Amino acid sequence: MKKHKKLLLLMTLILAFSSVLAACGADKNDQSANSGTGNKPKEQVFRMNLASDPPTLDPGLSQDNTSNTVINAVFEGLVRKGADGTEEPGVAEKWDISEDGLKYVFTLRKDAKWSNGDPVTAKDFEFAWKRVLDPNFTPASPYAYQLYYIKNAEAYNKGEMKDANEVGVKATDDYTLEVTLENPTPYFLSLMSFQTYFPVHKSVEGNASWATKPDTLIGNGPFKVSQMTKGQKIELVKNDQYWDKASIKLEKVQMSIVNSSATELASYRNDELDYAGHPTGNIPTDQLNAVKKELGDELVIKGIASTYFYIFNTTEEPFDNVNIRKAFAMAIDRKAIVEKITQGGQLPAYGFVPPGIKGEKDEYRKEVPDNYFNENLEEAKKLLEQGMKEKGYTTLPEVTLIHNSDDNHKKIALAIADMWKNNLGVTVKVQNQEWGVFLKNRTDLNYQIARSGWGADYNDPMTYIDMWTSTGGNNDTGFKSEEYDKLVKEAYATSDNAKRMELMSQAEKILVQDNQVVMPIYYYSSVSLVKPWVKNLHLDYKGDIDFTRAYIE
Amino acid sequence: MATEQGMPHPAAQQLTPEDFRKIGPDEKQSEVIQRESLSSWRDSWERLRKNKLAMTGLVVMILIVIMAIIGPMISNYDYETNDLMNTNAPPSAEHWFGTDDLGRDVFVRTWMGARISLTVGLAAAAIDLMIGVIYGGIMGYFGGRVDEFMNKFAEILYSIPYLLVTILLLVVFEPSLGTIILALTITGWINMSWIVRGEIMQLKNREFVLASRSMGASAPRLLFRHLIPNAMGPIIVTLTLSVPSAIFSEAFLSFLGLGVQAPVASWGSMINDALSGWMYYPWRMLFPALFISLTMLAFNIFGDGLRDALDPKLKK
Amino acid sequence: MLRYVASKFFYMLVSLFILISATFFLMKAIPGDPFMGEKKPSPEILARLMEQYDLDKPVFQQYTKYLGNIIQGDFGLSMKHQGQSVTDIIVDTFGPSLRLGLIAIVVSVIVGVLLGMLAALYHRKLIDNLAMIISVLGIAVPSFVLASMLQFVLAEKAGLFNVMGFDGPLDYVLPVMALSAQPIAFIARLTRSSMLEVLHSDYIKTAKAKGLNWFAIMFRHVIRNGILPVVTYVGPMTANIITGSVVIEQIFGIGGIGKQFVESITNRDYTVIMGITIFYGILLMLARFVTDIVYVFVDPRIKLSGGKEG
Repeated sequence: MKKHKKLLLLMTLILAFSSVLAACGADKNDQSANSGTGNKPKEQVFRMNLASDPPTLDPGLSQDNTSNTVINAVFEGLVRKGADGTEEPGVAEKWDISEDGLKYVFTLRKDAKWSNGDPVTAKDFEFAWKRVLDPNFTPASPYAYQLYYIKNAEAYNKGEMKDANEVGVKATDDYTLEVTLENPTPYFLSLMSFQTYFPVHKSVEGNASWATKPDTLIGNGPFKVSQMTKGQKIELVKNDQYWDKASIKLEKVQMSIVNSSATELASYRNDELDYAGHPTGNIPTDQLNAVKKELGDELVIKGIASTYFYIFNTTEEPFDNVNIRKAFAMAIDRKAIVEKITQGGQLPAYGFVPPGIKGEKDEYRKEVPDNYFNENLEEAKKLLEQGMKEKGYTTLPEVTLIHNSDDNHKKIALAIADMWKNNLGVTVKVQNQEWGVFLKNRTDLNYQIARSGWGADYNDPMTYIDMWTSTGGNNDTGFKSEEYDKLVKEAYATSDNAKRMELMSQAEKILVQDNQVVMPIYYYSSVSLVKPWVKNLHLDYKGDIDFTRAYIE
Repeated sequence: MATEQGMPHPAAQQLTPEDFRKIGPDEKQSEVIQRESLSSWRDSWERLRKNKLAMTGLVVMILIVIMAIIGPMISNYDYETNDLMNTNAPPSAEHWFGTDDLGRDVFVRTWMGARISLTVGLAAAAIDLMIGVIYGGIMGYFGGRVDEFMNKFAEILYSIPYLLVTILLLVVFEPSLGTIILALTITGWINMSWIVRGEIMQLKNREFVLASRSMGASAPRLLFRHLIPNAMGPIIVTLTLSVPSAIFSEAFLSFLGLGVQAPVASWGSMINDALSGWMYYPWRMLFPALFISLTMLAFNIFGDGLRDALDPKLKK
Repeated sequence: MLRYVASKFFYMLVSLFILISATFFLMKAIPGDPFMGEKKPSPEILARLMEQYDLDKPVFQQYTKYLGNIIQGDFGLSMKHQGQSVTDIIVDTFGPSLRLGLIAIVVSVIVGVLLGMLAALYHRKLIDNLAMIISVLGIAVPSFVLASMLQFVLAEKAGLFNVMGFDGPLDYVLPVMALSAQPIAFIARLTRSSMLEVLHSDYIKTAKAKGLNWFAIMFRHVIRNGILPVVTYVGPMTANIITGSVVIEQIFGIGGIGKQFVESITNRDYTVIMGITIFYGILLMLARFVTDIVYVFVDPRIKLSGGKEG
């Protein structure tokens, strides 16, 4: 009896050992095949991570960072963003802008080709833009409004005008595109490198799933998609038809799809990735300190044009009182938050428009300093008292702060609630909410204080200002000001850039200083890690990555 | 099955009422076979007490409960106050278990967390046990159409996307400890019921059950006196799985916004929060994980001892 | 047997119908829509999108339309991943989860049963206690913690494996380990516990007394009788594991159906939610059906009952 038991034990042990050995043994043979433990890649391959599958690779439908990162490599607009943020010729080799700023004439280069060899013509642009604007386009493009600067575009898109020929875009010949605008728009040229303005190939018509398969996904950019495995990876290869292929050194771009920031960082440390972090991934905050110490040379921290802020529900007690709102905004320590919690070089925010956005001559934030309010405990207490008196409170009722489920949002919310408790003596309950539930509550004004964030769509303060008008779809605060609406309307209408900036700064003052509808917390930064062998990689003002001209050395 | 139960013996058909006589209650009682219950419990307890391992488990469990009660009182810190100047500090004389990413004391948080996690874990497990055993017992015992319907109901419930149910609960209820226990037990009992069902199906044709049934024992009596006690082993094992899975599900549900909300601590949420930086700040994960494991180990050892003590077959 | 299968199939269809209905209305009851985001589309665009996807119709009308489509085998298009059919999404993402899951199940059952048998045979000896501690840790340490530690120790520090990816056979090792730890622990505990009962039962004592060969006792009687709870557990577990573990797929970067499912719920990608739910329901019901069949083979005393009262 004993003997048999021993035999069984032996069997188990052998099984256990052999599986461990098999694992180790197999590893040695496979080592060369796996990019895992090697150092820098032998070929011109760039490896990065996307936190999630891009929802679409159709430039007309794209509205998120992840999709845009891939689309920017696979398509190219009339102009492209240069390394220093200026507009460089893309498919257009030159352009003329009329005196009044209403008419643009683009002359396209003749050597621009689609990845299947067809020439890229002005008609492709006209087709692509009208496709997005077409009221029957299925599914409707959420970013169609990005084309509303074009004459009659809005009316056509909303179905108020039936004739597509009335829209202010016309290919007068294969290589000339004429665009007429609704209002003079100083930043219109920079929009030409925005996805919604990218061309699409004629073959996409009638094929709803063209952008989901590599063989129907015809682009005109430096790369083309060679492989897409859902939830796992996307592989790009150099596009030999690209007009500027001489500047493209990378042969391949491999994008893994992992939405664990810890895994992303571990892969980077293990040389499985050449790039980690913003904009398509994240570095876990808990490891930032260690990363700074161990990988300091590879860490890139850059301010980007996004603002992290809280909004107050101005229609409900107690935040229908401006003094209470002001008191709350003044009573937190932003420096402690960015230094001790987010730790990624974010800047304390006292205004709404972030640095990096163009102003009249320089950056807007340099021309219009964000001194709308400051942190001042004494003042905050006084304002709170005054506000409470106005509202007839003897003690402030418990307040709830909502944020969507995320570790960083949670940490910031807890720290701020603790600051309010210590500094103002008010109890603030922090509540996590599932994404959809959170958005619904915020939209329905079913909250008191809510987390929010806003990134630029284009490089102009207007992308931060026009959302707070009475009819702004993203104004979830209940804030309505005729004066504010008027300033925005005037700014739209004028072509005088100095005047526009003046009007927008007045609007920002109303929003932040006078009404404290928003409580700015910090201006975002982009935190990323780049291997030393990756050269010529660029991040633009909003933190979008451009790897098209990068190379491995 | 049916033949043994339903069809009368041929000899029985020739009987007439005159063949029967009324018997008194005493005589009836004597036909029911059962061990004396009081002494059997005492017997079990005696056996349990002699099992040193099991008693160690019991003592550890009691100690953890005591610490959950007094732990937060014997420290100078509270579980929610931040100290941003002193974040992620290793264990020291000041902070016995170190501090977390907001500078909160891990010692206090561990014991505050024990309160939430033990409550949630034990309550969820107890409810799973109750519903699962009864439901599974009925399925297994009656079989046939009853089993089919109850089984399908459980399968449907099990297949409905749990996350959807959770989000709905989140919308309907205010977050509280109660909602979390509700969310955990909505589907938590199903596994238990399946395990019990399988066991009962196997046991119900055993000789001792047939014997008892032929002596006229009622269905509930058969189930609770004979079948379920004999399925105790797998039940206890399943139960030990419910406790940690409830503790970790609680963290996940709280993260979504259901149930207890930060800054209230629980073991699960402490581990969740510590996960991305555990290689640098191991103490933040170590302590809650250690006490979950200790609790589970103690629970298992004790459960095993309890099973041995209750199981008549293991009597020496 | 045929009658039995037919009646089971009928019940399954009815159950699926109930599952579809319940999930559909549940899904519509929770807030949100597929087009929500930090930046909202304009009201006109939103209205048009709702119309294009029939989301502006009364819920009951949407439901009957959906049922009609399903009967024709049309699961629709994803509302979030433009242009992708739900069927494609399920097929694409189920592959990795299935491969990983099957390996994990085989590993869990073999290792778990062996460990459990050993523990039972060496009851209250060192091996039993060790097996117990291992299995308790396996239960008490959740898979996401284990996965993260395996990743750190074996991939990042020891350099034995890739941290993420799912290409070569080696990439299976860490996820399988993380995925099977808990089932191993649980199966070992279940096996041990029910084997102990069998080992002490009279018929085994009789068999021993008759001088029956040890292996014959073990395999013909002990395992056969002791494995039933394991069979019960393995059925639903199979359905669970092959439909993917979100956490494991996220941590190791595997494009599996578990990750896809959670994403679709977060995004309110209605058609994908329904498609995967139905798929999962069918798998679970099949697994439970097979479990019941296996019961009969494992323990001949169990009789199956079909449509008619047993």
